[in-house]
Amino acid sequence: MTSEPLLQVRDLKVHFPVRGGFWGRARGAVKAVDGVGLDVVRGETLGLVGESGCGKSTLGRALLRLVEPTAGSIRFDGQELTGQSQRQLRPLRRRMQLVFQDPYASLNPRMTVRDILGEPFAIHGLARGRGEREREVAALVDAMGLPREALDRYPHEFSGGQRQRIGIARAIALRPDLVVADEPISALDVSIQAQIVNLLVDLQRERGLTYVFIAHDLKIVEYVSTRVAVMYLGRIVELAPAADLYRRPRHPYTQALLSAVPVPDPGRARTRMLVPGEPPSPLNPPTGCAFHPRCPHAMERCRRETPPLYPLGAGHSAACFLAEGDAREVAPTPTSGGEAGVLAQPSSPG
Amino acid sequence: MTAVAQPAAEAPLLDVRGLTAELSLEEGPVRAVDGVSFSVPPGGTLGVVGESGCGKSLTALSVLRLAPQPPVRVVGGEVLFQGRDLLRLSEAELRRVRGRHAAMVFQEPMTSLNPVFTVGEQIGEGVRLHLGASRSQARERAVEMLRQVGIPAPGERVDAYPHQLSGGMRQRVMIAMALACDPALLIADEPTTALDVTIQAQILDLLKRLQAERRMAVMLITHDLGVVAESCDAVVVMYAGRVVERAPVRELFSRPAHPYTAGLLRSIPSLQLAVGEGSAGSRRRLQAIPGMVPSLRKLPSGCAFRDRCDRALEVCARVVPPLEPKRGGQSAACHNPVPAP
Repeated sequence: MTSEPLLQVRDLKVHFPVRGGFWGRARGAVKAVDGVGLDVVRGETLGLVGESGCGKSTLGRALLRLVEPTAGSIRFDGQELTGQSQRQLRPLRRRMQLVFQDPYASLNPRMTVRDILGEPFAIHGLARGRGEREREVAALVDAMGLPREALDRYPHEFSGGQRQRIGIARAIALRPDLVVADEPISALDVSIQAQIVNLLVDLQRERGLTYVFIAHDLKIVEYVSTRVAVMYLGRIVELAPAADLYRRPRHPYTQALLSAVPVPDPGRARTRMLVPGEPPSPLNPPTGCAFHPRCPHAMERCRRETPPLYPLGAGHSAACFLAEGDAREVAPTPTSGGEAGVLAQPSSPG
Repeated sequence: MTAVAQPAAEAPLLDVRGLTAELSLEEGPVRAVDGVSFSVPPGGTLGVVGESGCGKSLTALSVLRLAPQPPVRVVGGEVLFQGRDLLRLSEAELRRVRGRHAAMVFQEPMTSLNPVFTVGEQIGEGVRLHLGASRSQARERAVEMLRQVGIPAPGERVDAYPHQLSGGMRQRVMIAMALACDPALLIADEPTTALDVTIQAQILDLLKRLQAERRMAVMLITHDLGVVAESCDAVVVMYAGRVVERAPVRELFSRPAHPYTAGLLRSIPSLQLAVGEGSAGSRRRLQAIPGMVPSLRKLPSGCAFRDRCDRALEVCARVVPPLEPKRGGQSAACHNPVPAP
């Protein structure tokens, strides 16, 4: 494992223009991703959580340049992705892949599994020989735990769980380094979810994959992730090693989110931290900290200033003024990526 | 208003016996609900859990005869509600029960609210119909209900149309509508599944509070075992159209008797139990249930769960296990139940 992160994201912004009126002029912008800085370390799983509209899916797609960033920098294995043409990106595309939420919508219904899995090889001009491609495709089907007969069938002949296996097989066909999995199990039944999670974990171990795992199920994210980033209204509000985030959440939003998860243990007495209200509209975000209208600890300052992501040591950072006193260094801006530097070294107080 | 239902002490408010419903498909009818029995006491909360296609939603719809016929046909059983069999009532009699004494909340509030009427009109409709309220009384009641379900500025929101509200707000409106006539029973079908987790917590908290205030019984249909553990007194687990386990909530979670229930509980990771700082690969694997939920069109012989079951015996392929009492208040449909720990 080299020390350089596989993915380095700095001050990434994705703004969508909002058009209106007769001429369809831009009247404003939805800041879906608004200044995100993070690193993804080789071989880790970075969990990305947050509620609908927080920008986690947009961020996931922007990391692969499947949506166009408005500003900022994404370096993949040292190479800048922003500003490159799609043609220039093509050689890198093999190395970064996406697994979609909906296995029903993401597979072409008119293609057999053999064609679906053969297509990545065809696009990138790999495994050109018939026999060679057949061997690659068969090996993928085997690795997914699907029978060889599956090769001649069409997507509608499979269950949701099997379709997701096909989607995963397609994503890993060209042996990528990075896989962004966007809600890969939320469309599946409970008894099938664990099968797919186990498959993803096995593949990671066998192939040294790096995952960005986007999900709203906090239990699954805790289980699969090395580190977890929590998003709220386009920004990362907390980032920490998974165990630390779940045991000692520092941001009030993370605390509320964890407290809201229903736990399958009726004997456990819990005092739930209920936050009032709903996430604000990204069209009309609140001033200062976006969470302040719902936050039980909001102070006057939270209404005026946006808190930076304070590094708190041991790779933990939180964008909350309550954590300011524990900050390990002066954080210049929320987007400088200083938190990743702290992560790489053993934390040095002061 | 006070609760309307005043049945004899401990008599169940809702007693479903052997409910059986068929669903007609191209290939012919399949039994989507097969001999389902359970009861809900006044003020109690029963959770009905299971995966997609297990028949839980169809059971809920069939209780109030709301399932579309065709393709659904209730072919057997009794639904005793406040002492009367709802399956034998005329449509006119049934309309006096639905919305008045028993009400329903659905998963997707946008498709269950009428887009061309204001929320106030929709909440007030039942009050006018069932309680004979005037237009202005109905509006007053609608404002009061919106206030009770925690909608800010209810006096203004009463004139809003559904599309002007967020998903969480719409679900609150649905609840306000369902509770406007003080029903004795609320059937809630996945009421929080479409919502974010902080909003889900608000809605579950709201339901719990309103239920306690009104001593209303709730039948909660969900796939989320966490929601069941936190909201229900008793649970029915369904698989392939049948009840496979019925138990008080603590027993179900601490010593599940049916291998399917046990498998479901094992397959979900628990929160805040992360061990060590290592990557996922170093952690214990999740214990998944192998295979997949069978299609109702080709159910295996005997027990529908047997080919996914690690405790299956030879008899499981031949004899459909009946739902029988196993231990203290707990019933399971299994020839070889999981022993108590």
